[in-house]
Amino acid sequence: MHRIHILIAMDSHTLAQGARAVKDALLKDLSLAGLSDEVKVVETGSLGIYKKGVVLVVFPDNIYYTGVTVENVAEIVSEHIVKGRIVEKLKYSKAPGTEVKVQEKAPRFGKQLRVVLRNAGIIDPESIEEYIAHNGYEALGVALTEKKPNDILEQVKASDLQGRGGAFFPTGVKWGFAAREKAEQKYIICNADEGEPGTFKDRLILEGDPHAIIEGMALAGYAVGASKGFIYIRGEYHMSIARINRSIEQARENGLLGEKIFDTDFSFDIEVREGAGAYICGEETALIESIEGKRGEPRDKPPFPPSEGLWGKPTIVNNVETLANIPQIILNGPEWLQKLGTEASPGTKVFTLVGNINNPGLIEVPMGITLREIIYDIGEGIPQGNGFLLAQLGGTTGGILTAEQLDLPLDTDNLRKIGAGLGSGALLVVDDTHNVVEVVKNFVEFFNHESCGKCTLCREGTGRLYELLDKLVSGQGVLKDVDLIERLAKTMMTGAFCGLGQAAPVPILGCLKYFRQEFEKMVNTEQKSVSAVV
Amino acid sequence: MANINLTIDGIPVSVPQGTTVLEAAEKVNIKIPRLCYHPDLPPVSACRLCVVDIKGDRLLRTACSWKCQDGMEVSTRTPHVRDARKMALELLLSRHPMLCTECVRNGSCELQEIANQFGIREISFKYNERKGDKDYSSAAVVRDPSKCILCRRCVQTCELVQSVSAIGMEGRGYDVWVDTPFNEGLNDIACVACGQCIDRCPVGALYENSHINQVWVALDDPKKHVIVQTAPAVRVAIGEEFGMPPGGLVTNQMVAALRRIGFDKVFDTDFTADLTIMEEGHELLGRIKEGGTLPLLTSCSPGWVNFIEHFYPSLLPHVSSCKSPQQMFGALAKTYYAEKEGINPEDIYVVSIMPCTAKKQEAGRSEMSSSGYQDVDAVLTTREAAVMMKQVGIELPQLDDDEYDEPLGISTGAGVIFGATGGVMEAALRTVYEVVTEKKLENVDIKVVRGIQGIREAEIDLNGTKVKAAVAHGLANARELMDKIVKGEADYHFIEIMACPGGCLGGGGQPIPTSEEIRKKRAEAIYKADKGLSMRKSHENPAVLQLYKEFLGEPNSHKAHELLHTHYKGKEIYKHKVA
Ligand SMILES: Cc1cc2nc3c(=O)[nH]c(=O)nc-3n(C[C@H](O)[C@H](O)[C@H](O)COP(=O)(O)O)c2cc1C
Ligand code: FES
Repeated sequence: MHRIHILIAMDSHTLAQGARAVKDALLKDLSLAGLSDEVKVVETGSLGIYKKGVVLVVFPDNIYYTGVTVENVAEIVSEHIVKGRIVEKLKYSKAPGTEVKVQEKAPRFGKQLRVVLRNAGIIDPESIEEYIAHNGYEALGVALTEKKPNDILEQVKASDLQGRGGAFFPTGVKWGFAAREKAEQKYIICNADEGEPGTFKDRLILEGDPHAIIEGMALAGYAVGASKGFIYIRGEYHMSIARINRSIEQARENGLLGEKIFDTDFSFDIEVREGAGAYICGEETALIESIEGKRGEPRDKPPFPPSEGLWGKPTIVNNVETLANIPQIILNGPEWLQKLGTEASPGTKVFTLVGNINNPGLIEVPMGITLREIIYDIGEGIPQGNGFLLAQLGGTTGGILTAEQLDLPLDTDNLRKIGAGLGSGALLVVDDTHNVVEVVKNFVEFFNHESCGKCTLCREGTGRLYELLDKLVSGQGVLKDVDLIERLAKTMMTGAFCGLGQAAPVPILGCLKYFRQEFEKMVNTEQKSVSAVV
Repeated sequence: MANINLTIDGIPVSVPQGTTVLEAAEKVNIKIPRLCYHPDLPPVSACRLCVVDIKGDRLLRTACSWKCQDGMEVSTRTPHVRDARKMALELLLSRHPMLCTECVRNGSCELQEIANQFGIREISFKYNERKGDKDYSSAAVVRDPSKCILCRRCVQTCELVQSVSAIGMEGRGYDVWVDTPFNEGLNDIACVACGQCIDRCPVGALYENSHINQVWVALDDPKKHVIVQTAPAVRVAIGEEFGMPPGGLVTNQMVAALRRIGFDKVFDTDFTADLTIMEEGHELLGRIKEGGTLPLLTSCSPGWVNFIEHFYPSLLPHVSSCKSPQQMFGALAKTYYAEKEGINPEDIYVVSIMPCTAKKQEAGRSEMSSSGYQDVDAVLTTREAAVMMKQVGIELPQLDDDEYDEPLGISTGAGVIFGATGGVMEAALRTVYEVVTEKKLENVDIKVVRGIQGIREAEIDLNGTKVKAAVAHGLANARELMDKIVKGEADYHFIEIMACPGGCLGGGGQPIPTSEEIRKKRAEAIYKADKGLSMRKSHENPAVLQLYKEFLGEPNSHKAHELLHTHYKGKEIYKHKVA
């Protein structure tokens, strides 16, 4: 038996900081100290601590160390492991909660709630045994052997789970559309494209708990009658790809994927497809086109994928985080999810907290939390005591929140009322040293590159928005330009082909709504009378 | 199925299930602006000019793709709709060079027309050029990406109608563009030169490689004997260039116009179409009799010949060795006609007027000089011929009729139907039937091979031998038949293939626009022309019979082979192999 477990985070960030070398050094020093049999070093996914170098945690003491280098491994071994004395200079006191703390108030991590991330950093993601030991594949077993597909569908419907890919479309309703289609072949696609800059929540879920996604997909397949799944994953996510492929292999070896799972008539298998790296390929129909080998461009809807998707067959596209919720809903029942979060939006939401924030990183919070709690409690405030200017919630197409909304409980209903949404991935905090127009210009620069170029309004519109904002920032703008920006953004919002062109204006219009005077201040007064032709 | 009832701008309209809002609006005479929509193609919803407001919907919807639903209330003229359309149009205009006066599409440009309809007087954005160099590499088609409005009609045409995919979308975002693979010249990739992309282009981003100037130079040269041949499909379409409704048959006015331009002789490609039937008909009978390679595939459509050379080189032995009527004409003009008239062939300048752009490329093929000279010197599209007429103030619809010159202007109804899909097949069957059975064909109209269906089949009993025939038009349909041959599933004897939808009357050199409606009208005119002629079988053409008697001997004779037949070679898809 091992007396001590050392979990070392092996995610893309820590690897870049030398986690591999630290692990090798640990193994070497432990062996030199004759402790190899007593101490087990486990590679794990993200520990939810970001930008702090190599991270590891010593169990059962539950002590987190950050910024660990090869040089201080010896000290950790000789001091902590051998003598039981904590290495204070490396100790990280702000570690997120390490257990599912439902409704419980733990002073430091109480504002976080780990449902989706419950296993991340706790289990060895490369070990199917550990996943199984943490109730893994139990939901699938129960579903296949004791329940009908429709029971699963009804449970997901009853949970009111909403898709975490950005639109918050009710997952059960979506599944229902595909379930009622009569087709020989249906598909489940896990959307792990995650093309948002600064966002890596799906990657960390996949890296930290890959089997949860496999199980979620298999449950979806059972519920709607699909036997084939695809995980569409960003090509740059080498680590996630390797890990998910290994996990699929393990699941197959254990009879949890493939023919006749649990000796039932249900067969399901998964293939991994690497994305080409275009942001638009995260849009579900563009993603489908890309899997079909075509140029990643959105399709006209309707037909929607649940009736006509991949190769014309009924197809469910779900986000990684959505799927990660599924096994637990089946295990704990729909009421369990509803108890978390708010009535309008049950459950939790995973964000990557980025920008001007003291404690950035991956967080999982219950719906209904306020921005103030996220920024000032979990994020520990804004560096240098700067003031809060705005937050962008849910990635580059996310809505803009200002100081007015600091205490608004965040859920779909409340956000809809102010013309915003929860979106996906990132939560960007911007402090008051920034110029709003420049911030907006940066948003638009992204879209200008990422528009697929298919429809006039998005292709030309993003280009012109960027041009107009640049003109303002460089002091060449006239008053009419501000109006033109607004008119163009509004037109795109209702007239563009797909979600990209329709959502790209959201942050622009948000900033115009709250900070119009900042835009007007940028106008070159000498040119005010000149026409708006840029 | 029950009809769907909806209102458009308050006007009730009832349409069948599956009708788009754009189509429904047309029924109540509301023309919704459109640039990327083309009736031949599935909607791509890219230009956003056709947006409409549907009650209860937050988003504007594109009328070209949005299907009507029962009880739907559509508005096509709210401020929201008008502003969005105008914004989309201004965004497109601000990337367009606006060189209207020097553009081949001045007057037939859809962007220009819509800007006019919208009453655009000022554009909110400055001009930002669209990148891309002009491509003059092809003898047939010129591409000018700077004028492109990214409607994708050319890309869709090349991919879906022709299954060629010589062009596609490249890049992303603001600087997306239409390009060939690896940015090669059209001449260096598997472009078949059919010019269907030109027909679908709403602006001047694609057009034919013009021969107008060189034809004027020849006409102005007193030493040159300049003769012209007109393809069957030109006479049923050129009137459109002068504002006549589609389907006008203007053969004799066209002859008059060409004479006014100054051609020394006005001849008819229909003459060599009859000759083609004699040669190809006998080739077919020979192959059937001697167990030659079957099915025999027609070879009159140069776009199709390019296609098979690029994509199915292994099937080339199936292709008839007959040159196309245009090239037979050229070869004879500088031999038979030159001898007969006592003109030095060096001084003869042969101009063709063709509904086709591939004919320009065909005329330049090195094999096409069996007279000892380039057999055909210049090829004008129907559109270019109309431009030349307009350049010298000819108002074609007002002219009195004139007749073709002899002997190369004498033809039968069998020659004229070459202009429609199925026509070569029908003409061949008329002759082959009478040659084989030695009986008179009572009903000359072989309607089974006519029509607009992409692939059609027929079986004809020739004295006990059943001849199985198939007809395809549009290269995507041709591809389907070729795949059948490759798989050994095609038991036909004879297959007619035309590269362009509808056959030559829908060719890439024809007046723009072209649509199924318009092609149907042109086809009606073709069959009307056939019906109106006293001679309707190629083997009855006295000028052809005389040609054999005086010059060629028999069909498929040695001399005929020398002048009227050719050979083919497989081509690479990419000239420059890319690693
Ligand atoms: C431009 C664009 C990019 C998108 N990118 C992603 C993405 O990276 N990941 C994702 O899950 N959904 C993305 N979506 C949303 C998907 O289209 C789709 O709604 C989602 O995958 C559905 O999953 P859910 O129902 O689980 O939310 C994107 C949408 C748009 C318009
Ligand atoms: S015509 Fe409908 S979007 Fe272009």
